[in-house]
Order: sequence, then C-alpha cells, then structure tokens
Amino acid sequence: MDMAINQTDFSFIPEREKSIRTKGQQMQAIQCQADSVAGCVSQRACVYCGARVVLNPITDAVHLVHGPIGCASYTWDIRGSLSSGADLYRHSFSTDLREEDIIFGGERKLMRCIDELAERYHPPVMLVYSTCIVGVIGDDLEAVCRLASKRHRIKVIPVQSSGFSGNKSDGYRIACEVLLRMIASQERILYQPFHLNYLGDYNLAGEAWIICGYLQEIGINVNVAFTGDSRCESLLTAPGAALNIVQCAGSMGYLAKRMEEIYGIPFLNVSFLGLEDTMQSLRRIADFFANPYIIKRCEALIERELAQYGPIVKQYRQHLKGKKAAVFVGGGFKAISLIKQFRELGMEVVMVGTQTGRQEEYDAISQLVAEGTVILDDANPSELERFMLEQGADLLVGGVKERPLAYKLGLSFIDHNHERKHPLSGFTGAANFAREVEQTVCSPVWKYLDGPIHTGRINP
Amino acid sequence: MWDYTPPEIIPRNGIVINPAKTCQPIGAMYAALGVHRCLPHSHGSQGCCSYHRMHLSRHFRDPIAASTSSFTEGAAVFGGGANLKTALKNVFAIYNPDIIAVHTTCLSETIGDDIQVYINQAQVPPGKAVIYANTPSYVGSHVTGFSNMVKGMVKGLSVNNNHPNGKVNIIPGFVNPGDMREIKRMLKAMEVRFIMFPDTSGVLDAPLTGKYEMYPAGGTKIEELIDAGNSTVTLALGSFASEDAAQELRKKAKVRPLILRNPIGIRATDNFLMAVSRATGQEISAELEEERGQVIDVMVDLHDQYQDKKVAVFGDPDIVIALTSFLLELGMVPNYVLTGTPSEAFAKEVEQMLDEAGIKGRVKAGGDLFTLHQWIKEAPVDLLMGTSYGKYIAKAENIPLVRVGFPILDRGVHSYLPIVGYKGALRLIEMISNALLDKQDREAADEDFELIL
Repeated sequence: MDMAINQTDFSFIPEREKSIRTKGQQMQAIQCQADSVAGCVSQRACVYCGARVVLNPITDAVHLVHGPIGCASYTWDIRGSLSSGADLYRHSFSTDLREEDIIFGGERKLMRCIDELAERYHPPVMLVYSTCIVGVIGDDLEAVCRLASKRHRIKVIPVQSSGFSGNKSDGYRIACEVLLRMIASQERILYQPFHLNYLGDYNLAGEAWIICGYLQEIGINVNVAFTGDSRCESLLTAPGAALNIVQCAGSMGYLAKRMEEIYGIPFLNVSFLGLEDTMQSLRRIADFFANPYIIKRCEALIERELAQYGPIVKQYRQHLKGKKAAVFVGGGFKAISLIKQFRELGMEVVMVGTQTGRQEEYDAISQLVAEGTVILDDANPSELERFMLEQGADLLVGGVKERPLAYKLGLSFIDHNHERKHPLSGFTGAANFAREVEQTVCSPVWKYLDGPIHTGRINP
Repeated sequence: MWDYTPPEIIPRNGIVINPAKTCQPIGAMYAALGVHRCLPHSHGSQGCCSYHRMHLSRHFRDPIAASTSSFTEGAAVFGGGANLKTALKNVFAIYNPDIIAVHTTCLSETIGDDIQVYINQAQVPPGKAVIYANTPSYVGSHVTGFSNMVKGMVKGLSVNNNHPNGKVNIIPGFVNPGDMREIKRMLKAMEVRFIMFPDTSGVLDAPLTGKYEMYPAGGTKIEELIDAGNSTVTLALGSFASEDAAQELRKKAKVRPLILRNPIGIRATDNFLMAVSRATGQEISAELEEERGQVIDVMVDLHDQYQDKKVAVFGDPDIVIALTSFLLELGMVPNYVLTGTPSEAFAKEVEQMLDEAGIKGRVKAGGDLFTLHQWIKEAPVDLLMGTSYGKYIAKAENIPLVRVGFPILDRGVHSYLPIVGYKGALRLIEMISNALLDKQDREAADEDFELIL
C-alpha cells in the first residue's frame, strides 16, 4: 500500500494517526477495525445498532428490544426500508426495563412481554434484542426465547447484541447468525438452478425492488432479499438458491460465506451503484448462469436502460465536471462504488473514509483514488472538517450526523444512508443520484454565504 | 398501516408499544449543550452517544458534538474508571472545551461506576471544570436526565460567596433554543438582570458562517453558573425539568426557589412575568403589554375556528401541562392528555385542570402512543398535538397534527421559533387554526368551499 501519514501539522489524538493516510506517501497500512479511542467524538455506533439495522427490515417480525426504553426509541422506524405488505416492523416494542427489573432481573418481564405480543399480533417470528444492560444483569435470553417458542409455537430468536460487546460490525455478524437460524429448516431443500438470493440490500426507498425487477426481467428469480422487504416465510426459501449476490459486503459478507459453507451456495460481490457498476454486476450475474437466453436478455436490458438513463447522467455531468467530493460512509464497499460513481459524474473524490471499512477495502480504495487523496478510518468531526476544507471538497456524502457538519461549512451534502429520499440503485438510481448531487452542489443557496451583510455574527 | 391497534382497551402488563419518551442520557446531553464551551460526555457504550447525537441532530438540524467512554467488554467487567480518565484527558487535550459534563448510562450505572471518584482521580487541567450527573436510563425519562444534568451544574459549580448579585436565575426547562431566546427577550424588555441556564440558544440555532464551531458562541458561561449561587431567586419553569436544580440551589446556596409552569399561553405567561416583576421590582414593559393585547385580539378574531374542538395532547410533562392549560384558555377540549414520563403528580395536575373546566378526559403518565391511539379509535378528536411520532396516528385517523415538543424529526424551523411567551401563544394559535382550516378546505365539498374563513 502506498499510503502514509500526512506529516504536516498534526493536531490530533496521537492514536488516530495510524488511521489516517494520504495516498502517494510512505508505505504503511491504515489502521482500521480497531476500537475507538476513549474520549473521541466518534461517528460510530454499537453492536445493537449493527444488529438492528440488518434485521429491522424483516417486515412481519416483532422486533422486541429488551432493555431500558432508549434503544427502542432511537431505532423506531428510522431505517427507511420499504415493505410491500406487512408493517409490524415499523412499530417500536420495548420491555422498558425499570429499576426494579435491574435489581431483580428482567426475565419475567420479558416473558410477559413476549406472551402479550404473541397473543396480540401472532407474528411468525419474534426477534428479541439484548441491550447493554441485559448482558450485565445476566438475563438468560436464550432460555426465555426457547420457552416462548414452545409456548407460542412461533420462532422466538434471541439477538445477543449487548452494545458494549464489540462495535457495529460485530452487530452485523450477530444479525447474520440470527438470519442463519431463521433460514434453517427441517424440510428438504429443493435446488432451484435459476434462483438467487440478494444479500445486503435493505430496500431503502425501494431499491431492492428495482434490482429484483432487473433480475426478473432477464430470467432470474430472486428468492429473497436480505433483508429488504423480507418476511419470515420468504427467508425460508433462501437455501434453495443457486447463487448469492452481495451488495453491502460489510454487513452481509459473513452471511454469504456461511451460506457457502452450509448450503454450498457460491456468492458474487456486486454493486448496483452507478451505471458502470450496475452494468458490470448484471453481466457477471448473467455470466454465472451461463445461459444464452439470460445473457441475451441481460444485454437487451442494459442497452435499453443505458439509452434511457445514460443521457440524463451525462447532462448532469456537464454541470458537475471538476467538482470535488468527500465521502464518509459506513462500509468500505459502498465507498469504493461511490468513488467510481463520482468519476461517472466527472467528479474526483478527494477524501474518503468509513466507519467500519476492512483492510482489503482500504487497499482497493487506495488503488482507485488519485494521488493526494486523504483516506481515513473512524473519523471524528474535526478530522472530517479539516480534510474537507484542506482538500477543497464541494460536497460530502454521509449519514445523519455528517449532514449538519457539511452544511455548517457551507458544503453541499448527499445522504447515502437511512435518510436517502430517492432510490440510488440501478440505472434509475444512478440518474437520481446525479440529480441529487447536481441539485445540492448547484443550489442557489450557496450564493448567500457571502454578501454585503455578514452571515451570522453570533450574538447570544 | 396501524391497523393493528384495536379500539378496545386491553390491559397490558409491561410491554411498551410505540413509546412517548426516551432515556435519561439524551436529556442530560441536551442540557449540557446549553453551557458555553461544554462538551457533553457519555459514559457508556459508543452506541448511546451515537444515538443521542443522531436524534438531537435530527431535531435541531445542527451538528451535535459529544464524546464517549467507548465501553468494551473489559470496561463492563472491570469498571469504566480507566475509560473515563483516559477520555477526560483526551477530550481536554484534543477538543479543548472549558468544561466537560459527564452523564452516565444504564451500563455504567449498573456496573456501579462512581463518577465522582473517577473525576477526582482524573487530571483536569487548571482552569477547566468537570461536572456530572447520574442518569440511569431505567429511571424516569429524557426529561429526568435533563433535570439531573441541570442539577449537576448547580451541584458542581454554583456557590454563594456572600456577594449578592441582584440577579434572577431562570431555568427554562426542556425547551427549544427559540423558546430560550424568547424568554431572554422578555426579560431584557423588562430590563431584568438574570442568569439563565441551560441556554442552548446560540448553540443549537447558531447561524451558518461557513465555519464549523465545535463550541458556538452561545450557552451559559461557567462564571454565571458559579454566580447563580448569589442570585436573589430562582424561577424554575416546569417542575419536571427544572425544580430539582432550583431546590439544589436553595439547599446549597440559599437561593429562594419559585416553581412555575412553562410560560405557554396567556395565563402562564402572565404569571411568569408577574413573578419576575415581583422578584425584581421591574415593571412589565409596555412592549410586552402590547404583545399580550395582540394575542387577545387574535383570540377574539379567531375563537370560532377552534373553540370546542377536541384535542389529544402528548409529549413531555411540563410542556403538556402548560399546553393543556393554554388549550383550555382557548376554549378547546383537551380530552386526551398523555406523557411517556412516569409520574403521579402529572395526572393529578392535569385532572384538576380538566375537572375545573368540566371536561371528562383521559389522562395518563407513563403511557405510550399505542394507548393514545386506542383512545382516539374509541372516540375521535379533531386535532392531535405532540411530537413527530404522532404522525402515524394522524395519518391513520386523518387528524391534523400540530407539531410541538421533542423530538420533531420531519419538519424544520420549529426549534428557532418560540411556543413560550405571548409571541409563542400567537404562533400556537396560528398553527392550531391553520391545521384545522387546512383540513376543512382540503375536504370541503365544492359547494361548501369558501374563500373567506
């Protein structure tokens, strides 16, 4: 790896130096997947958060959060994953542990809550999330869930996601284990040669529907998307598929590997962000099935979609050419796709960071970006600020915590996280993305930052 | 959506469905942001801090800075002392705040971390301060956390050094920066010398300058928090969010506490201004009298648009109590009143107000939005007032929603504008009557559709 610490003027936590690199300087690997430094204003979250975001889109499940109220409140319907029917997942259920539960244990209250929910909603599955405190007071979640499963004849599955037991990535892995439990079945698995599972798409703004539509059209059936718009029953069809395709490898790479081991299902890492990656991914999928009919349909679809959306992207490119983007997203895989997608728009990525990127992803990123690009892991707001300004970024791509930071700096912003408003996947998504970027980068609002009257001398 | 809610009330035994509250630490974080150059510090797992910052970011649409002890398994087993001490050292070295306000989480509370001891052992640079509050998530709600942190400010800083400053302390309660600004404006209009804490105006409604200020210019200064011990009187607005700190000031510094409702509506604003006037000898200014007259004028102009309409109100106890009182002043019928915060006093106070108005309503503390929805299914209302979480019920039952309180996640500007004071009353009347009339216009048959209303 040809990255090194930017030696100039380092006013940061010394421990953080290893997590920041500038391409084109010494050979040294970036430090990532490490715990955050205590006292950091980290943009990262916890194990529960990781597990919850992966599992939450299962639409007909009761998602019961076992703990004090906060963990349920902050995750009530925040994912923006759409459902084609069931909407139980958009409710917030909590055992709302109180002081006496902390002292005497929360198992009995949990059991009561499960009973009430099972009787009221008759869900096919109930996912019971443990939070920090459950790990400490020692409630036996596994035992309660086993008993409840028997009593109500439904799947009651514990999600061992105590917040402190790791970071968000550990939460992803725990969620994948839960999914493996959910798809396990006593029934014989029927092998379906032209079926696949779509892993790592949470159907934000209906994105999984777009991709499933493409695949359907070229003659490939999607058994289930993990976990966007999935249901307990549709998840059970997963083991029969001939292939797993993985969009968000950060959250679902583990599941793909495990399913390969258990069910012998091979997997392909794909990306449907941007015209180029979408096209490539579809071709790779078609090639996998090596069926002339599928390949022909695939090419026809690509041709049609490119004809429709290519010119739109091109048109926005004219306004965006030469602008500079900064990227700070959850996983490394998305960052890689975004770098390529900005290139389609004629934009260069000058700073790129992730919350939970892995070593091999950082390697790929550094291969991809231009000399001088700053690469950083688990950044804090001051670092983001400094590098965005130093690198002269016009735009930041990030999540909810980064938005106001970008705005305060007078930079435009795109939410590529839970709060995206339009689907950003596939050909149509590439056009949406281009439009969103153009809308914010070229907004008239930036003109008013400078004017005859000061913008915001602060007068408390 | 929301077809799951049956109208008949089934007794529930523990499960909370669609909460109307959240946990203590976020309230503590919000309060701490109202101290000048203060960095709130969350002593717990990373997730807590992340969630609170995210939630506050969504409500205020501004950056929220806060640090965390980043608990791991080790900390959960051996205690969080090492994490906190490292964190305090790092935070002062890197982020250079004047003061750190530590709050606990359910995790650090349960493993029994003694924050005071850890702070004593930590290296705090000279001239810097560390205050703290115990905010176990399994007690009370976010409002309790706010209250505890404000009390923590008094405990940690306020001193009576026998130099009376002739000032009034104002604790504004868990309200928006727009409200805090308005309270200050009213006090300035009366030429009253005051110390307000916490004060998030100029912090969470700071202007865009093209520079990111981790510590914007606003917030109560440390010197002021110390000097609060020398003030004449403390006006605590809202007993849930503000009384504890006022009582602590009485205990610690013999400052007389005066507990009032949040100044929402005519009577509560009258009471607030008169209390200020009595405490300071300052007259209520002509400017404020004029504003009061304007509100009355508007109430006369518009009373037929909203009078006798039924309203369901939910949110934080102080705000809901004050709002209920204002709705009664408007001749409206707040027949469902609910807060998520557990409390016995809440129901008593609201029931008494409803009784006096001859309204048979349902009142509940420690409730959730599933219950509120059930009430509404049983007998509908004309208007819903509360946080963004009310929008599900509003959509399912086709009831207009007036957004007040915390959090509001789906609309902007609200945090800049007041609901307190006469100006706030004017704004509330506008929101209420517009919401009702917009629905009327939208749904009117062609022959009933009118230009002039």
